[in-house]
Amino acid sequence: MSLPKKAILGILTDNLLNRGSVLPLSDRTAIQWSDGLDIPRGGETVLYTGHMYQIMPYLGTMANRMKAMENSWITKFMNLGRFVNRFINVSRFMAFPGKNEKQTYNNILRAIALLLRKGGVKYGYLYEDELYSGALIYDQGVDMALANHARRVRRVFEDHGVRKVITVDPHTTNMLRHVYPEILEDFDLEVQSYLEVLADADLENAEKSNGEVMIHDSCVYARYEGVIEQPRYLLRRAGFTVKSPELSGALTHCCGGPIESLFPSRAHEIAAKRMEQLRTMGDPIAAMCPICLVNLKQAGKNNDEVGDIAEFLARALLEVPGPKERVTA
Amino acid sequence: MTTVNTVFIESIDPRFDAAACMNCGVCTALCPLEIIPLPRMLFREVMLGLEDKIIENEDTIYSCLLCKMCEANCPAGVPIAENIRLLRNYINSALYGLGR
Repeated sequence: MSLPKKAILGILTDNLLNRGSVLPLSDRTAIQWSDGLDIPRGGETVLYTGHMYQIMPYLGTMANRMKAMENSWITKFMNLGRFVNRFINVSRFMAFPGKNEKQTYNNILRAIALLLRKGGVKYGYLYEDELYSGALIYDQGVDMALANHARRVRRVFEDHGVRKVITVDPHTTNMLRHVYPEILEDFDLEVQSYLEVLADADLENAEKSNGEVMIHDSCVYARYEGVIEQPRYLLRRAGFTVKSPELSGALTHCCGGPIESLFPSRAHEIAAKRMEQLRTMGDPIAAMCPICLVNLKQAGKNNDEVGDIAEFLARALLEVPGPKERVTA
Repeated sequence: MTTVNTVFIESIDPRFDAAACMNCGVCTALCPLEIIPLPRMLFREVMLGLEDKIIENEDTIYSCLLCKMCEANCPAGVPIAENIRLLRNYINSALYGLGR
């Protein structure tokens, strides 16, 4: 028995419309990563997290719970769950990620912010005013809810006078660069991924070789946004020898993540298949999307087999700990 | 027995576009999920007005990864991922009451 799609999509949609995100986070959780970085509030150019990295520890934990629920009698009560969710945020009781896991994802955002700073890029941050982009709801085809939410996001940009957005993940990049302009009139912000910004920035090359790394291209970066060369260029400048699996670049293989919320077992099968392709050379694996990262990590033999590209770059260029030697923030 | 709903296509968002699909099967061969009806047969069923078949394949439609492996290799340039998304949009509206 598969999970009840109607109830799950209903909960996700209700959350987006009533609480601003499919998986609502407290303001504190959303902005904690920026503690001590002194990023200016607002400005014409902003670093926009879209809450993706912050959501991942919760989404990963929740997906495991949902996987356990597949084929369970509990699924019969999910419609009731949707009803209750209108009054109480049910997702808050379904995911309790550990402190270390939250810190891992927060440290990735910190690494991105510091890399941009090192490259001389000036940017602000919207802090608690920042909103999730609605990517999951768009993918699931709930267009009415997405249009309502997109108008709220646009208002935030307008209120802060934002002209350029630097994104940190492929899904938010695609939403703001290609989807929003289709559904909102006159949405003409300049949108670039931090990987694109860094590739054009004034970053110094690493002084030493940092070994080999196997790259996992994100489907959305590679096939929706054409971001293929920039991550390789940055890794090479950071002293890594970049390896690509047979299915890479424009032919990259999905991590399974996009169906995690409705078909968690199937998603994990796809992730395991992808991990087999990636680990053939035995090198550390660099992902560049938080959804890929959480899925591949779950399919990995240990938590350090896969890291985010920002962690690799930060370790080489900022001399901060990389995926195998993280510190607490 | 299969019922043909001659106005079914009108209930799908007009951006749905599979007219160029020649049913060559590249999409099916490349699909990481290895699900047989995805996506060429689904599109044929939409164009033939086989609404029941689309509803029967609800799980298949939502299990598509939207990864565009098929679309990037489609010789006819069919917007496969967007078509799947629009089929979800139809089911959300017609079956789930999630509106458009």
